[in-house]
This record gives sequence, structure tokens and C-alpha cells, in this order.
Amino acid sequence: MSLSSDDVHKIAHLARLAVSDEEAEALRRDLSNILDLVEQMGAVDTSAIEPMAHPLAMNQRLRPDEVTESDRRDLYLRNAPAAENGLFLVPRVIE
Amino acid sequence: MHHKTLAELSAGLAAGEFSSVELTRHFLERIRAHDERLNSFITVTEEQALAQAKAADARRAAGEAGPLTGIPLAHKDIFCTLDVRTSCGSRMLDNFVSPYDATVVERLADAGMVMLGKTNMDEFAMGSSNETSYYGPVRNPWDIERVPGGSSGGSAAAVAARLTPAATGTDTGGSIRQPAALTGITGLKPTYGRCSRWGMIAFASSLDQAGPMARTAEDCALLLSGMAGFDPRDSTSAERPVDDYLAALDRPLDGLKVGLVREFMAQDGLHSGVAAATEAVLDELKRQGAEVVEVSLPHAYLSVPAYYVVAPAECSSNLSRFDGVRFGHRCDDPKDLEDLYKRSRSEGFGAEVKRRILIGAYALSAGYYDAYYLKAQQVRQLIAQDFCAAFEQVDLIVSPTAPDVAFPLGAKTDDPVAMYLQDIYTIAVNLAGLPAISIPAPAADGLPTGFQMIGNHFDEARLLNVAHRIQQATDWHEQAPEGF
Repeated sequence: MSLSSDDVHKIAHLARLAVSDEEAEALRRDLSNILDLVEQMGAVDTSAIEPMAHPLAMNQRLRPDEVTESDRRDLYLRNAPAAENGLFLVPRVIE
Repeated sequence: MHHKTLAELSAGLAAGEFSSVELTRHFLERIRAHDERLNSFITVTEEQALAQAKAADARRAAGEAGPLTGIPLAHKDIFCTLDVRTSCGSRMLDNFVSPYDATVVERLADAGMVMLGKTNMDEFAMGSSNETSYYGPVRNPWDIERVPGGSSGGSAAAVAARLTPAATGTDTGGSIRQPAALTGITGLKPTYGRCSRWGMIAFASSLDQAGPMARTAEDCALLLSGMAGFDPRDSTSAERPVDDYLAALDRPLDGLKVGLVREFMAQDGLHSGVAAATEAVLDELKRQGAEVVEVSLPHAYLSVPAYYVVAPAECSSNLSRFDGVRFGHRCDDPKDLEDLYKRSRSEGFGAEVKRRILIGAYALSAGYYDAYYLKAQQVRQLIAQDFCAAFEQVDLIVSPTAPDVAFPLGAKTDDPVAMYLQDIYTIAVNLAGLPAISIPAPAADGLPTGFQMIGNHFDEARLLNVAHRIQQATDWHEQAPEGF
């Protein structure tokens, strides 16, 4: 599988990563090599195989709908790059 | 004091030969003296360690000490630690001070263990050599021009150099076992769900598992007893009782049926010295009454390809939380929200993390999902079925842990695929969610090698038992690097 630089820019946008044209060229090569490795899976016919999403057969556990956490907003805001009045700040999104 | 095992230190503390404060000071002093050469710690928490040690001594004086009380350890910097920087080896979290403790950290602290600091690791646990860390590579104490393996390379190097009696690690595709093998220590990856993932920074959630790293199987048994158990805060935590790992350690091996993986021994690139080391451990197993047969894992050769879809897919989703808004690195002067996301992430993540996010985003994108992600999940099923069939015939499956001894720094950094093949014997275990241990085998080229034993789900007690019996009869695990 050979990706184009254009493909790399598209995927990078999906993943919200900024990639320069120079980086895209190196990534194009690395990602194509990784996809070649991945495509070895084509060696087996899996059409009749149930996909395995998880290593242990388990059901999602539910808990009673009760409040178990205390309000620790200020503690959690401590790591925010920018916060004010209990809110996370981002650049203006609404004109 | 630092040549004693965790079990011996535990006995020494109980007998009053030394206090936890003395022990903690001794190891802090060793870190100060030797870690400049190894770079195995990202953060040393001296003050907290001495406070915890003092509390442990008080607890012992009050007659309330357990086997782990007062013993120093180091945590891989992937575990959240209250009020202590938790970097995950990334610039993204260089400024992140965790507001809570991971369950594993909390449990070991409740048992009275003393945290010496946080160990270096591949960035977000993505790597097999500890060279992707934002904080620089860790060096192997057996040869500081070589890598210690990864991603738990800091934990492995610190234990091997006797800078800590034990450490925690995490294993998504081999990240406990491969560095344990390359540094000559013992490391156990438990069954998926055995140790809580709560507060352990997520890489690939269906594969990640925490485990102990120490010098002996007995020490790993002691540590795992403190780490394991159901945690309602982890939605995939196993809701079943923890076995008595210590009680099972001495069981004789008569009648044990061990299966050597035929395909792994025939693998291209297997170092002849590593193959010979594997044979030497098998001879010891036979000597103790085990029967060794060959087993086949016909789809295991597809485990690395399947893993490099499943793990990046899960990582691309998990790492979407690093957006420069709520925590972690934020770029300067973002011109709008998209610019903020893109530049914060590009500056915060290193090259290997970006590669995996991109592979994952690609595999999950419209039009490619069936060809990559669905296919990988089907191959994963075939790999798990191979193990099921093998466990119909044998109690344990064994192989080398890694195909080679520790390689020189920089040898594989330009070739991601060559690096990925380091984990060729370990990755299938994560895909199937099984427990596996790596123990030291005889050296090759003067460097440590590892012997891997894979158990059926929740059969950690047997893995530790067999590993302990081998270690009781041999001295491979007692070898120590010179100069530390």
C-alpha cells in the first residue's frame, strides 16, 4: 500500500495534527511501510470469522445511577492551560 | 542492602535489621549516584518517599505492617500519582500534575510501599527501546551503549541496576516482558483485567495491562498480590477473587505439561544464543519432572500485523483527549480552535506517537474500516483460538521473550517496522488477553536473555510457581551488571 503526500495531509487533518510538506514526505514512507506490514493479514481468509473486539467475554457492568463523586472542579482546572470562572478558555469560536 | 530481593528486604524490615527510612535513603542515594548514566528516572520524589518511609516505620511499630510495608519501589510514569508530575514520557504532559492516584498506585501505597519516583518510558508506552521518550533514552546497565528495551525501559533498567527493589510496568504488546528480558530481570504481564487500568494513561484499552517488575518471581508474586483485584472504577476490571500467589510458589513441577512454540523457534532472526538459552531453561524444566512438547500457533505470525491496526486504532481514539484545552501542552498564540488543536498536538507528540495516531485514523476512516480494523479483529480471533487449542494439550506455552539480545542505541530508530518486530513473541499474548512472564535465561554474548511462559487466563499463580521453581534451582536471575 503506497500512500501519497495528499493522503497523509488528509489523515493528519482527521487526526488534528499539523504536518509540514517535509514531514508529510517522511510520514508517507513510514506509513506505507507499516501498511505493507499490516497487509500481510490478507494471507488468511477470515470471511467466516467472528471479529474479536475484546480479550475477555464480558458484559458492560452497570452501576446504580447515584452520585459518587464530589465536586472537584477547581482541582481539575488546575492543569488547564487557560481557565477562568470555572471554565476552560479557547480562542473565540462565535463571532 | 540493594542486592537483597524484595522478599529478603521484607524479612529484614520485619526482623528490625534496618528501618524503612534507612532503606529508602539507601536507594535514593543509589539513584543519585548512578542514574545520571542510565536516565531511568524522570522524577525522583525524595521528600514524599521519606515521609512514606517514616509512616511505614510508625505502622510497623504499631504492629500493623504487612509484607510490603516500608519497601521502596518506582512507578512507571504512565501511572497517575497525586500531586506528582505524570508525564507518560511526553512533552504533551510535561506540565501535568495528576489530581489523583491510579488504583495500582493507591493499592501499593495502602500496603505501605514507598514511592522513590517515576520511571522513564517510551512516549505514551509506544516503543520497544525507550528511545521515543521526550526525556531522552534510557540506557541498559549491562552496556550503556545499548537500549534496555521498552516501553517500561526505565523500570527495567532501575531494577536491573539495583536502584530500586521493584517497579511497576505496563504491557500492551510486550512492554513489561521485552525490557525485563533485555535487562535480566523478571516481569509479569497479568491477564487482561487482573490489575485496574484506572489512572493508568490509556494507550490501547483492549490490550493495556499493568504488572510487576522485580528480580525474582517471588518478588513479583508479592507485588502482584498488592496490585491485583477488582476495581469498580475500571469498566473492564475482572470481577473475580485474587489467587494466593505466594502459597502456590513451591508446588513441584512433576507432570507439568509445557508446550514450546514451534513457529517461534523457527523464526528468521532468532539469535542462536537466545535459542540455546531457551533450551537450557527447558532442560531445567525437564529435570524437575515437566514434560516438554511442541505446540503450534499457526496464526501467530500475523500478530504483529493485526496489532499494528488494533493498537493504533485504539490509540488514535484514546489520544484524541489531548487537545490543548483541558490539560497538557498548548501551543502559543492559537489563531482559532483548529489551529489550537493541531499545533498543540503536533508540538506535544513525538514522531512515533504521531505515526501511530495517523495509522489508527487511517484504519478507522470511511472506506478502510472493513479492510483494516474489521480484518484485524478477525485475525485477532484466529490468534486467540490458536492459544485455546494449544491449552487443550498443555498447561503452559513457552518461547524466548525477544528474538535478540539488547541492541545498540539508534540501531532501529530509522526503521519503525524493524522496531515493531522486536515484539514478535510477545504481542500475540496481548491480543488474546493472556498472562505471561519473562524470566532471565542464560546470557548470550554476555548480555541477558529472557524466557517467556504464557499461561491460560487468570493462571498467574502457575506462572509464578514455575518461574520460582526454576529460580530456586538456577542462578540466571542472580546475575548483576557490573559498575552499579
